[in-house]
Amino acid sequence: MGKNDQPVVSMSGITKRFLDVTANRDVSFQLHSGEICALLGENGAGKTTLMNILFGYYACDAGEIFIKGEKVNLSAPKDAISRGVGMIHQHFALVASQTVLENIVVGTASRKGIFLDLASARQALVRLQERFGLQIDPDARVWTLSVGEQQKVEILKALYRDVDILIMDEPTAVLAPAETSDLFNTLRSLVQEGRSVVFISHKLNEVMDISDRIVVLRAGEVVAERKTSETSARELANLMVGRELLESIEKTERAPGDPVLNIKKLNVLNDKKLAAIADLNLTVRQNEILGMAGISGNGQTELSEVLFGMRSPSQGVIEINERSLKLGNPAASIQSQMGRIPEDRIGTGLLMDLSVEENFILENHASAAFQAYGLMKSQKIHNFSDRLIKAYNIKTAGRDAITKSLSGGNLQKVMLARALAGEPSLIVASQPTRGLDVGAMEYIHQRLVEERQRGAGILLISDDLDEIFALSDRIVVLYEGKIMGEAPGATASREQIGLWMSGVMA
Amino acid sequence: MIAEFLDLAFISGLMGATMRMATPIIFAALGEILTERAGVLNLGIEGIMLMGAMTGFVFTYSSGSIWFGVFAAACVGMLLGFLMALLSVNLGLSQHVSGLGITLFATGLAMFIYRLHFGSPTVPPIIQPFKQVALPVLSKIPVIGPGLFTQYTLTYIAWLLVPALSILLYKTTIGLKIRTVGENPVVADTVGVNVALTRTLCLVAGGALMGIGGAFLTLAHQNMFLIDVIGGRGWVAIAMVIFGNWNPLKATIGALIFGFLDGLQLRLQSIGVVLSFHLFLMIPYLLTIIALIGVSRRAAVPAGLLKPYRREEKGG
Ligand SMILES: Nc1ncnc2c1ncn2[C@@H]1O[C@H](COP(=O)(O)OP(=O)(O)OP(=O)(O)O)[C@@H](O)[C@H]1O
Ligand SMILES: [Mg+2]
Repeated sequence: MGKNDQPVVSMSGITKRFLDVTANRDVSFQLHSGEICALLGENGAGKTTLMNILFGYYACDAGEIFIKGEKVNLSAPKDAISRGVGMIHQHFALVASQTVLENIVVGTASRKGIFLDLASARQALVRLQERFGLQIDPDARVWTLSVGEQQKVEILKALYRDVDILIMDEPTAVLAPAETSDLFNTLRSLVQEGRSVVFISHKLNEVMDISDRIVVLRAGEVVAERKTSETSARELANLMVGRELLESIEKTERAPGDPVLNIKKLNVLNDKKLAAIADLNLTVRQNEILGMAGISGNGQTELSEVLFGMRSPSQGVIEINERSLKLGNPAASIQSQMGRIPEDRIGTGLLMDLSVEENFILENHASAAFQAYGLMKSQKIHNFSDRLIKAYNIKTAGRDAITKSLSGGNLQKVMLARALAGEPSLIVASQPTRGLDVGAMEYIHQRLVEERQRGAGILLISDDLDEIFALSDRIVVLYEGKIMGEAPGATASREQIGLWMSGVMA
Repeated sequence: MIAEFLDLAFISGLMGATMRMATPIIFAALGEILTERAGVLNLGIEGIMLMGAMTGFVFTYSSGSIWFGVFAAACVGMLLGFLMALLSVNLGLSQHVSGLGITLFATGLAMFIYRLHFGSPTVPPIIQPFKQVALPVLSKIPVIGPGLFTQYTLTYIAWLLVPALSILLYKTTIGLKIRTVGENPVVADTVGVNVALTRTLCLVAGGALMGIGGAFLTLAHQNMFLIDVIGGRGWVAIAMVIFGNWNPLKATIGALIFGFLDGLQLRLQSIGVVLSFHLFLMIPYLLTIIALIGVSRRAAVPAGLLKPYRREEKGG
């Protein structure tokens, strides 16, 4: 781990433009052997772009790349792979319908003549699994695996290609705490063998924990570089955002009012027809944020789908403002004064190929405010959209911009703006800050607290404990579809919540 | 009339006809499976088959060599497959539009070239078509032998292609690459597979099979070229691909069912039962719709089908 020897990767003067955005501007970046270097930056700062350039997936407009001392011209990922660069993408790059083994061997030289040689590939894979403790059934189809397991497949896929420079783009965004610590153990054993890792994450405490060095990007430029031992999470947050962040969210004391959401004896089956929610009872009141903690996969997704009308429960009653909700009917949920923030903003929350404006009115396009006799009232809609873009400070080329051109944080703001525009009395927010940078997260948290002050009741479903503790008036823990325990937000202890989350009744 | 149905000669003849009528569908469906597995829906299939039928006929007529005709039909199929690749892969145009465009273009072109060559004769020119070959031993099996194992050489080739394509797709490195490109081109690209090249080669090879499937109709089934010789068999092949869940073997079963209905219809006509061919042509589609209702939840549609791939285009 010599500090003097030449870096394994050296990028200099990298510039990359997409039409009107400059994603990277004159960026220089070094990676040394045996180190874990973290890349930090707000949503849209250009982290993924920079690493895609190193992986040969994007071609840079200007700049030079040296890998292991040799100047390279990467025209496709295979050029980078052949030099030992591997990348695990933010959205996994696996074929869901194929087996683990097939996903791992595709594109490699595992063959006899023209035939696939799965037998020896399997042996090689098993050896790798033993060496790094990454147990996974090689014959399982990828769609049956949890995200944590899929991550392991991605790592094995890279190791199988004998990668010694591993890029991980937000690998922990969807992992449970235990899975994250497994991943960190793997990463540590990788660098001990002299490999190098680039680690991208928005979770500052993880970055402080795992990295040796940190490079901060802002608006496409490198703004700082620190040794991890010589910085703090707070300094990093301020460097990323370019301003001082609030120490904590301020909440005034409010007595909870009438119940806005009442769930009675709810039973829900998941896609595999197994019980996802069992006999759940829950109440959310006015002026209250109820935080629902729990490791993802314990029924949170199914619960939010039922509330949003996207899934029918097998049994149970849901009352909103003391009126019972027609179940399994999204239109009924919208009309019930519920602000809906689904966890999968790309899949279910927004239509990525429509404009920002069209997404704003998606739920209400049929209301009298926006149409008359089936004709859209364009001017009203334009005004409405411009108002929201301004109020929520959404960074976009304009209301007509195609939604997929927005960064993750701004997509979330679009959903939030849409959900809160009608001043809902109940807000169901599912993983509202997943994958968002600290600045965007702070903004969303502030908005939710403001809604609470206004009088809304909020059900906050999150697997991020920091978020739960920062916002909740009351905390419940969901474990295997049941409430394991309940505690007041002000006095709950992390240890207790952590135990409940892992199913321990103490 | 019942007695006539149960007649051994009738049954044997029907089995033979089933195999014959299934042959062009098998060729075309295998070609379509290859291209769709790589993520491209080739709606040019009907036009490519017609061009294959015309080219095969014209080259056989001029050269006197029927195998030369088959070869020429395959080459024309490859050219049109390549044209489809240029439009839908390289230029990234809509696969629907490119495919339908090719069918319209090829339909016009086939008639144009035929007229250029033969003018408008009152009696259509004919060629000496393929002869059926009885397989030794097998064709001597009682009842089923004479029907099943006295077939055109192209039919035997079609049957060999079914396991060959299955092995290619599921047992070779190339097959894994093709399937990966069809399921998720991003994944394929990031493991170093050339997406555009893979799709192009599949379209070219698939086009060859479609061309030969068309040629079967003018060089074996009939001995002349008529503009409606394909009669929607290209669309039937696409339906069979869906019916067979993109699996060569299952699609072949679908093709056999079609061949059976087609053969039955001819037999029934010959013994005096009058029923429109078009009614029978409907049946495979009805079958597909019914089958799709049953299998759609488990349908293995290649996930990357219909999606043009450009590397720097931001996805969803
Ligand atoms: N393929 C693309 N086409 C057009 N614009 C793009 C493309 N990829 C990235 N951009 C834009 O480039 C900028 C940087 O994006 P990038 O994905 O690198 O950000 P990031 O730092 O990885 O953000 P996040 O934390 O949200 O993942 C953004 O403004 C983004 O919208
Ligand atoms: Mg990113």
